Amino acid sequence: MLLAIDTSIGSSAAVVSPSGEVRSSLGVTDTMRHAEVIGELIRDALAAAGIGADGVTAVVAGMGPGPFTGLRIGIAAATAFALGRGVPLLRLVSHDAIAAEWALSGGEGQLTVSTDARRRELYWSRYLVEGGQARRVDGPGLVVPAELELHGEHVAATAVDAGRLGAIAAAGLRDGVEFPALSALYLRSPDVTPSAGPKRVTT
Amino acid sequence: MNRDAPVVLGIETSCDETGVGIVRGTELLANVISSSMDEHARYGGVVPEVAARAHLEAIGPVITAAVAEAGLSLDDIDAVAVTSGPGLAGALMVGVGAAKALALSLGVPFYAVNHLVGHVGADVLAAEGQPLSYPTVALLVSGGHTSLLLVRDIVDDVELLGETIDDAAGEAFDKVARILGLPYPGGPQIDRVAADGDPRAIRFPRGLSLPKDMAAHRYDFSFSGLKTAVARWVEKRRDAGEPVPVADVAASFREAVADVLLTKALNACADTGVPRLLLGGGVVANARIRDLAHERAAAAGVELRIPPFSLCTDNGAMIAALGAQLIRAGRAPSDLGVPADSTLPVTEVQAGRA
Repeated sequence: MLLAIDTSIGSSAAVVSPSGEVRSSLGVTDTMRHAEVIGELIRDALAAAGIGADGVTAVVAGMGPGPFTGLRIGIAAATAFALGRGVPLLRLVSHDAIAAEWALSGGEGQLTVSTDARRRELYWSRYLVEGGQARRVDGPGLVVPAELELHGEHVAATAVDAGRLGAIAAAGLRDGVEFPALSALYLRSPDVTPSAGPKRVTT
Repeated sequence: MNRDAPVVLGIETSCDETGVGIVRGTELLANVISSSMDEHARYGGVVPEVAARAHLEAIGPVITAAVAEAGLSLDDIDAVAVTSGPGLAGALMVGVGAAKALALSLGVPFYAVNHLVGHVGADVLAAEGQPLSYPTVALLVSGGHTSLLLVRDIVDDVELLGETIDDAAGEAFDKVARILGLPYPGGPQIDRVAADGDPRAIRFPRGLSLPKDMAAHRYDFSFSGLKTAVARWVEKRRDAGEPVPVADVAASFREAVADVLLTKALNACADTGVPRLLLGGGVVANARIRDLAHERAAAAGVELRIPPFSLCTDNGAMIAALGAQLIRAGRAPSDLGVPADSTLPVTEVQAGRA
């Protein structure tokens, strides 16, 4: 069984079977409480799927893009859980789950996914969806809303379903694809400027 | 699990050190630290976002390294403890997220503990011979904290006597180093150049040490005024075109910090009738602070304890040790929904108590 975790927007945890069946998927939309809810979500997702921690054969982490503080919590949790069980950590772009969801609901053709990056900016990714399969063709990137280029349909998502992320990973495992060694997708440098030296205190 | 000597893995990410330690009761098995200090150097201080990013990169490898150093496998871990505060919020959250998931993956209890009390907990690992007796006064001095505690019982009776009302002592070292053109972190640099200086060359102010401060701030510290006094003194010299006697300034500044820290700490020992003083925190590495502590404690008949440096700076072993003490005391695990709390009060030794 795959345990999937994503905190790129809200918090979500899910258990997905190797065949891609979503056995449980739980989410909290609050974007300010990732550290509080992450433990209970994992515990409850496992319980709802009727498995223990030892039933997990791989952990899937949504690597963003997402606002820094929350994003890190899910990745840290996924990293630690995978270590604890001695199972692989599979890293995916969180937007891929949004595109897969759209494909699953019958969407076809070009798709632009956007999510809130805070500070009046958006994260975006572009997909081509054919035969129910979404393939990322550009992104993820970061833009101000006025500069977001829309190709085909546009989904401005407010949640990422870890169940969908787990299903993508399950399909990838079945197809033998290589999972990328992604780092957290912040897409921004830390806000900081090097020190200009000490300021005078006397005038 | 053996409740008297549980194997606890502790995770510490409250500032710029990713620490994972493993203990068996009061026995230290592993203490692995990955520091992002070098990444902060060009900014002259810890940048929270830089620190948090570094924690995420380091957390997996540091856990793996600690387990290897202990000669154990993760299956041998009886409980997971983590610093849930006080500290930098975004940095704490990395450790809290990892610790919750690690505990769940291993099917073991989870304990969220107080970083400052963890510094006191470090002593049980270092104690050769007799364990720490309570009550004890504890002086914790680092880049983020300057706190004076009265610890009657490490698991449930810790009182905050006083703390800094502005800069932490470690911050003052960094800022004065910058004034003197010395690199970050300032503590070791000041210590190095002060070795050749005269600590009585310049009488810098001792913050909150006047008679009028004794009512409200007897055990509180202030280092902001001291830093400004050093800056004024140096600027005056430079403006007059005179050379700055860096060694004397550094030695006199260091003396002012050491003097005020130990005067207040030993006042606390005297006032409370507690003849024991424990030092902790990275600033305790400072040679003058250690020497003066030995000198003044001996003169006052106070037993002084200073854990080894690797346990004085932020580390996961002290968090594991505190977790083990909580288990030994029969405490139930913390609630899995416990938040990271950047201002967790020192009276809350364990966060998220059921």
